[in-house]
Amino acid sequence: MDKVSRQVLVKKGAEANLYLASWHGRKVILKKRLPKKYRPQALDDQIRSYRTIHEPQLIHEAKKAGVPTPTVFLVSVKEATIIMEFIEGKQLKHLLSEVSPAKRKRLCLKIGKLAGKLHQHGIVHGDLTTSNMILGKTGKIYFVDFGLGEKTDETEARGVDLHLMKRALQSTHFKFADKCFQDIIEGYQRVLGVECAKNVLDKIKEIEKRGRYIVERKM
Amino acid sequence: MLKHEKMKTRKISKPCCLGIESTADDFSVGISTFKGEILANVKSAYVPTEGGIHPREAARHHADMADKVLQEAFAKSGIKPSGVSIVAFSQGPGLGPCLRTGATVARALASYLDIPLVGVNHCVAHVEIGKLETGAKDPITLYVSGGNTIVSAFDSGRYRVFGETLDIALGNCLDVFARETGLRQKVGVPFGAAIEKLASKGKKLARLPYSVKGMDVSLSGLLTAAMNLLNKGQYSLEDVCYSLQETAFSMVAEITERALAHTEKNEVLLTGGVAANKRLRSMIEIIAGEHNATFCAVPIEFAVDNGAMIAWTGVLAYTHNVVTPVEKSFVKLKWRLEEVEIPWIK
Repeated sequence: MDKVSRQVLVKKGAEANLYLASWHGRKVILKKRLPKKYRPQALDDQIRSYRTIHEPQLIHEAKKAGVPTPTVFLVSVKEATIIMEFIEGKQLKHLLSEVSPAKRKRLCLKIGKLAGKLHQHGIVHGDLTTSNMILGKTGKIYFVDFGLGEKTDETEARGVDLHLMKRALQSTHFKFADKCFQDIIEGYQRVLGVECAKNVLDKIKEIEKRGRYIVERKM
Repeated sequence: MLKHEKMKTRKISKPCCLGIESTADDFSVGISTFKGEILANVKSAYVPTEGGIHPREAARHHADMADKVLQEAFAKSGIKPSGVSIVAFSQGPGLGPCLRTGATVARALASYLDIPLVGVNHCVAHVEIGKLETGAKDPITLYVSGGNTIVSAFDSGRYRVFGETLDIALGNCLDVFARETGLRQKVGVPFGAAIEKLASKGKKLARLPYSVKGMDVSLSGLLTAAMNLLNKGQYSLEDVCYSLQETAFSMVAEITERALAHTEKNEVLLTGGVAANKRLRSMIEIIAGEHNATFCAVPIEFAVDNGAMIAWTGVLAYTHNVVTPVEKSFVKLKWRLEEVEIPWIK
């Protein structure tokens, strides 16, 4: 860890701070899960170490599944830190509002395909929002922040994952959220097949109905 | 009483709105001037003899108490019925029979006094009274009560829901746990307060499911696990209350922090019945501090369900040309926060 130099805070997240740093001559991201004073220490330690262990595992699994993710270089459970590759590019959160409808459609199809690949390989991301996707310089979309992810094949977990995606679109990109989500599902279906995608869609409807004050709506 | 008042000529010195709140167990009447001066905020709470809120029983209570609460609000405010300029009521979301009772009272008043009627969204009202009372301008709001667990913020014309519960509400989780453990509800002492007191004596933190999904939380599994834990008998009631509270509050605190980091707003508003809990307050206060945001805790009188919030939101709506004709004043049991357009924020 002591070899990490020139740390610059790039993002003060809710869960962790991200520092742009230099490590063995590389530009890296140092992700540090700082202790949270608001929760009891025992619970805090549990959550931070659990996520520090699981995130790199899932990042690795996702890469194996063909989903671009940053390469993990070093993990310290004790300090709750992860050193990983710095992905240069633009967050989809900003990009989606700037591009043309045609380009937006292409991006959403791609997001859907990548989400499909994750689910196909038994991974749910846990926080599928456009803030956690980066369009790299080579045109690849990288998925980052697997801190809330898990390994599971359950339709329920897949449904929650995409339900979150939908909700994130609605709160951040409400003007074209519906269209984006449609395209994402289209891409998702191309990977997982019509039947499997339909099961997940039905699950999303079920999850929505479980929520507070949901009148039955058309998807 | 009303008939007598009607005979007099109308001379409204300061325009004001009478608001009726009746979404769940409280029937409350508030009176607010158009400038946001709260002249009265009177309520009567229905306390079930056993179990949770029975919608029909609660509605009966509201019908029985409406007259008394109204009279008391008029007396407290010094406003006569003829001095009221508009009537607002909580149109939803909430329990059907309760909402309908409040709406009926509101329609009757508006028709009799021949003044405009304004249907108000209960969740919007919680945020608006919070802003009025604390001076917050553009906060992230954590609204936690028996029926709601919502993290929201204003964006492009509406209050957007960033995170919420995927199943039961935080207050509901605590209430059901309290009931299942055999606690009895006393008038004036909500279950939440009883749990808080027990939790303050707890020391051992048991491991319970911590379920944060993106910016949403799921609390039903936690409730089941807490009840199972208690039934196993390895932990005392105080320890289970402590563990339940710490785990549940940490979860809602985490999603609040996520929304705060995501939106980069600089105020955090805490409201709803569960906002009365000191432990939750301190958690949210710490989070606000870490993100250099101002922590705005709504005074309890205005954090719990109250008529004043409906009156004040009625003022905001009416002064921005929102009125609800009687024929469109049916109640909306499942009226989501984000469905409401907010013309009073630019």
